[in-house]
Amino acid sequence: MKKVYLDYAATTPVHKKVKKAMEPYFSDNFANPATLHQFGQDAKIGLDKARKRVANFIGAKSKEVIFTSGGSESDNLALKGVFFKLTQNKDFTPHIITSAIEHSAIINTCNFLKKRGAKVSYIKPDKNGLINPDDIKKEINKNTTIVSIMHANNEVGTIEPIKEIGKIIANVKKNRQVNNNDTPIYFHTDAVQTLGHIPINIDDLGVDMLTLSAHKLYGPKGVGALFVREGVELEPLIHAGEQERERRGSTHNTPGIIGLAKAIDIADSEMKEEKERLINLRNYFLQEIKNSIKRVQLNGHPNKRLPNNLNVTIKGVEGEALLMSLDEAGIAVSTGSACSSTRLIPSHVLMAMGMSHLRAHSSIRFSMGKYTKKKDIDYVVKQLKPIVKRLREISPLK
Amino acid sequence: MGCFSENSKLMEHFNNPHNVGDMENPDAIGHVGNAQCGDIMELYLKIENEIIVDAKFKTFGCAAAIASTSVLTDLVKGKSLSKALNISNKEIKEMLGKMPAHKYHCTMLAADALKDAIKKYKEKDETK
Repeated sequence: MKKVYLDYAATTPVHKKVKKAMEPYFSDNFANPATLHQFGQDAKIGLDKARKRVANFIGAKSKEVIFTSGGSESDNLALKGVFFKLTQNKDFTPHIITSAIEHSAIINTCNFLKKRGAKVSYIKPDKNGLINPDDIKKEINKNTTIVSIMHANNEVGTIEPIKEIGKIIANVKKNRQVNNNDTPIYFHTDAVQTLGHIPINIDDLGVDMLTLSAHKLYGPKGVGALFVREGVELEPLIHAGEQERERRGSTHNTPGIIGLAKAIDIADSEMKEEKERLINLRNYFLQEIKNSIKRVQLNGHPNKRLPNNLNVTIKGVEGEALLMSLDEAGIAVSTGSACSSTRLIPSHVLMAMGMSHLRAHSSIRFSMGKYTKKKDIDYVVKQLKPIVKRLREISPLK
Repeated sequence: MGCFSENSKLMEHFNNPHNVGDMENPDAIGHVGNAQCGDIMELYLKIENEIIVDAKFKTFGCAAAIASTSVLTDLVKGKSLSKALNISNKEIKEMLGKMPAHKYHCTMLAADALKDAIKKYKEKDETK
């Protein structure tokens, strides 16, 4: 049976060249880079080079990059790290502004910090999943210390106006300086979905912290990074050795870090062409679906969106049943519908966008990648048509 | 497939559900679920002399929800109303075979659809 993987937003296969770059660091160049002997120093050379590569790619300095175990840890470190630092020995209630469509690593961290006394504002997007920078501006008060807005949404693919929000934060910083308010305000963005897909430059975006992950761009799982601008103070989550300038203890995952750097290398050389190819392929995909199936709606922004993301609602068809039928045809996708007794509510992202429950339950996400070809899309559309027809016949919804 | 075992009864009923469709002048209609939870089941029954002589269904929901209603329609056919009321979600679950625990609620919903249909039928009967 033909197999088509269209869940690249969930994770990607490790690129052969990435695997090859990592290989020596398992058993040959294996030593602990924090040790002083030659074995350790050889590993450190690789580590330092990788750090420089990651930093360069986003326009940062080497010392501003903290390697972590992945995107979720980076998000946790950014928010909790700043919160714990600011509330140390101080009677201070930090205010955090985030969006209602963040990844669970941000939403659940904010919920946790709320229990620890933080005030949190969850900004709602418009119906396309776009956050309005003015909504953030209005929400900022004298205690606002963290603003965390994702670079692009993982479900609907909408790319957020980070640069515009960055300018607002820069103004607040200036005003606080003038008014002798020494409460810091930091701007964080989770760029897990955009890294390697669209250009990222920390100064252009105006961010103080930025979350990265390797496994969404053909790197290994279990490794990521947090960019922390010089001057931003945070408390570590993992208290251990002096690694990462005492901001993240634990022996380095050298092979993983090398893998992240190599994945970035490859993305850097291919991004421009790949971006164009995926945008064309995605537009073709949507058109083909619309040509063969009636009552299909695009979810997310029509053009401010990730090149590889296509999220649609197919009316009258429940997402999980569709996912299962596509799976039987060898096609892997994802849905915003969750049919389980523990969590019957559909995706928080689609709900925050103001969608009806039914529209959200009938949503399906196709996320394409490096190995997706036009003939794969043709196969999916061909399979999709009879499946949708069948499920609509079973459905009581008109 | 996916979270269900391949070639299971559940997948068989999902792929080829029994008794799907509308019914002309049904004697009872069961309607359960809602848009919020994402499962909507409609059960149509033909009843003669307190015996269910025909059953059809339509379901908007996941594979387990569709398979549960399919099995239910098989189970109720030919049963008296009082016997049909004894059909539990356990029976539906057993007929479908292994499924993840978070899908049990689909079998419960199907059992509720039957109860709802019979309840409405009896209410209608009383007002006659």
